[in-house]
Amino acid sequence: MDRFAYILRRLLQAIPVVIGVTVIVFFMIHLVPGDPARTMLGLHATPKKVALLHHPWGLDRSLPAQYELFMKRLLHGNLGTSLIYGVSAWSLIWGRLPVTLWLIGYGTVLAILIAIPLAVLAASRKDAVRDQAVRAVPLIGLGFPPFWLGIMMLLAFGLHLGRLFPVGGYGTGPVGHLHSMFLPALTVALGISPILIRSLRASLLQVLESDYITTARSKGISERRVLLRHALRNAVVSTVSVLGVNIGFLVGGTVVIEQVFAIPGIGQLMISSVFQRDFPVVQGVTLIFGIMVVLVYLATDVLHSLLDPRVRFD
Amino acid sequence: MTIAVAEGITESLATDHRGGFRRRWYRTPSFVLGILIVGTVIGLSLAAPLLTSHSPTDQDLNHVLQGPTSKHLLGTDQLGRDEFARLLYGGRVDLRVAFLAVLFPFCLGTILGCIAGYYGRFFDTIIMRLVDMVVAIPFYVLIIALVFVLGAGARSIYIAITLVGWVSYARIIRGEILVAKRQEYILAAQAAGFRDLRIIARHLLPNVITQAIVFAMSDIVLDILAIVTLGYLGLGIQPPTPDWGGMISDGQAFLTTKWELSTIPGVAVIITALGLSLIGDGLADLLRPE
Amino acid sequence: MTDAILDVRDLRVEIPLSRGTVHAVDGASFTVRPGEALGLVGESGSGKSMTLRAILGLLPSPGRVVSGEVEFEGQDLASASQRRLRDVRGARIGMIFQEPMTALNPVMRVIDQIAEAPMAHLGQSRSQARSTALDLMRKVGIPDPHRRAQAYPHELSGGMRQRVMIAIALSCEPKLILCDEPTTALDVTIQDQILKLLGALRRDFGVSVVFVTHDLAVVAQTCERVAVMYAGQVIETGTVDEVFHAPRHPYTLGLLRSVPRFDLKRQTLDSIPGQPPDLVMPPAGCRFHPRCRFAQDDCVSGDFPLRPLGAGGGRATACIHDDACVTDVRANPVIADA
Repeated sequence: MDRFAYILRRLLQAIPVVIGVTVIVFFMIHLVPGDPARTMLGLHATPKKVALLHHPWGLDRSLPAQYELFMKRLLHGNLGTSLIYGVSAWSLIWGRLPVTLWLIGYGTVLAILIAIPLAVLAASRKDAVRDQAVRAVPLIGLGFPPFWLGIMMLLAFGLHLGRLFPVGGYGTGPVGHLHSMFLPALTVALGISPILIRSLRASLLQVLESDYITTARSKGISERRVLLRHALRNAVVSTVSVLGVNIGFLVGGTVVIEQVFAIPGIGQLMISSVFQRDFPVVQGVTLIFGIMVVLVYLATDVLHSLLDPRVRFD
Repeated sequence: MTIAVAEGITESLATDHRGGFRRRWYRTPSFVLGILIVGTVIGLSLAAPLLTSHSPTDQDLNHVLQGPTSKHLLGTDQLGRDEFARLLYGGRVDLRVAFLAVLFPFCLGTILGCIAGYYGRFFDTIIMRLVDMVVAIPFYVLIIALVFVLGAGARSIYIAITLVGWVSYARIIRGEILVAKRQEYILAAQAAGFRDLRIIARHLLPNVITQAIVFAMSDIVLDILAIVTLGYLGLGIQPPTPDWGGMISDGQAFLTTKWELSTIPGVAVIITALGLSLIGDGLADLLRPE
Repeated sequence: MTDAILDVRDLRVEIPLSRGTVHAVDGASFTVRPGEALGLVGESGSGKSMTLRAILGLLPSPGRVVSGEVEFEGQDLASASQRRLRDVRGARIGMIFQEPMTALNPVMRVIDQIAEAPMAHLGQSRSQARSTALDLMRKVGIPDPHRRAQAYPHELSGGMRQRVMIAIALSCEPKLILCDEPTTALDVTIQDQILKLLGALRRDFGVSVVFVTHDLAVVAQTCERVAVMYAGQVIETGTVDEVFHAPRHPYTLGLLRSVPRFDLKRQTLDSIPGQPPDLVMPPAGCRFHPRCRFAQDDCVSGDFPLRPLGAGGGRATACIHDDACVTDVRANPVIADA
């Protein structure tokens, strides 16, 4: 019961942040001095087209009134209409959302699968060769542009190594998705594992100095059990929040990865909309991304409270 | 107490970490290695006109996609442009933009962080709420959206990165100030009637800024990556100005014929980033109070 | 000492640090007989905790045993492999630590922590081990064990947590239990409860105990024999009676005299002058000589290992001028006989 109240409270706390996000998203178009409609249309602006946009966008009214209109529409699920396709932005997003969610989820799972064994390997023998090797990973790895890594993946796996994986696309059915999206998900995973490895290794090293590890060893249980059931189990508690922050970053990174691998997700939608100057869609995607991240942070908090029994719910 | 005495006390209490740095920097291997790498990269890009006679934008449609020759050290790209020249000049552009781009968020974030940390309560709440909102939108998404609004090109990159990147600095500086302002030398300065601005600028800032400087190193890496990513997407440095991201993007279509086009600029980014990370790690070690 | 269950001979532990090598234990020798409780006494930094940890090979890195033997059940633990040590830990020798809050895994339920060793060593299944654990919780005096079993350490009081630690140490019915200041972190009233519990359990389980503490009163209350440590060395051993009534080392004498006596009205607090030595560069000769009021020229250099006193074994001192203590005590008794 306590936990439910906690989740509810966190949800409520998230609302102002989401509202803040809408304010930012709304304000973006007004960053440039001058007529927002002209900014939106960019090079294609003609006085006629600009005038056409004025009324539906409420650009003839004051700023607060515009925001009000914007929010009203939002609450009705109306993210605006695509200037290019003429359909609601939401329908465009909705169709592509599952793809991006797949990529994010798949990438996160892979990242965890990569980071945990490496961090445990490193922390179990501090300063040994394997620790130095693992520590080099974040040092070098953080400098890898994710999209470049993706291209290298294509080069290695897609084109040379016997065409193991498709070079793009989403695939059909769960197995198809797992197969087609493996390379992009791996790229995403390699993008965030360096930070995860670094953070988890540091947590593990700290935990391994704790008294309860000595107690565990004094029971004569296997070192593997000490590492996994005692050390790791405690170390993940502090790493969960790092994972959360990084998923936020990861979510943004998928935009580029989708471009590299031609994956029909909302990231690719955003890029194409940017080039086509389809502002409502850009705005809509930005908003959705913002909401996704807020939800991820919330989920991280809940996960943290599940993993650490010391968290108090008041 | 007189102003002079108070200044004397606050100065002596505050200079605890600075001496250590000067003595030890050359003995920290990561720092030295980092400086060497970054120095080499910067040196090479600055010396571009001396190292190659080619212009990065001259096309030669008779000699496209060539391998390395004596005339073209790294061969040519799909428009016959010299790869080596593009690499060097592209480095110039990317590095210049990255180093400049880190300054603005650093300053903005530091100022806002000082205000939030020192004055607390109202200002703190507002600034931190703003932080929460900015942080909620993924970094790249926000940058791309801002570049959309502001138009592509270097100027938009500066603005976008500033508007998004100040957050980390603000958080770091705020955190440090919250702790530092409780120290005795600050209380002494306040008791002596010093004005807030003076306290912040002369007494708090020099001690808390070190964390921000260390972070700035990894932030430059982030900025380089962002610039190069925007270049790849076509939203960053616009052609014909060479840019590593643009080169990688151009090269993607030719992976089967000349994979080096995409690979080499990426390696350049990695090496530069490695050097900067090493400097950051080294600095963190050096500036840590003994 | 053929019937000793634990025989520690000239144990030495070093901890290499950047400022120098700390000789944490520099010659510790003592024995423990079946069913008996040995108190290992000394100030902080005397090496008593390190000695205990060294017995089970649980030294904090980078510490290591450099020489000496620890004979237990026919094998030398000091040179045993990690595997051999794991077989002994928990199953044959149990250990209780000082800080129950930090010594228990915060994210694991108490019952699972007690059940862990039986599952590993006695081959019990999880449900069997859990019922063993419940049983143990009852034996160590935890009220309402069913409910408390599901608790996490932070949900229990200090005394309860220490009882859990005791249950963990006893879970496989070991022959020997090592206690590292188990009551120091507890309230005085709880301390008393725990000590009485340990005494009762010792009788019920027939287990031997090594009890590390800096509190002489605790030793007097719970142990039959005592070994006194100073600067990493065991400098006196004997029964509690012998050592407390007739100490044969100036340090022991000093310790005993520095305990405040509430029965005497006018008394200045007697303390041992000076500071305990730096274990990286300890004094030459007898470690205690700079602070000793009976020190003479021949104390300043040389080695002073434990020297047996009288027949029967077990009584020993490292001091070559212990007669000075005898004289001093005769003139001024340490403990008024009850």
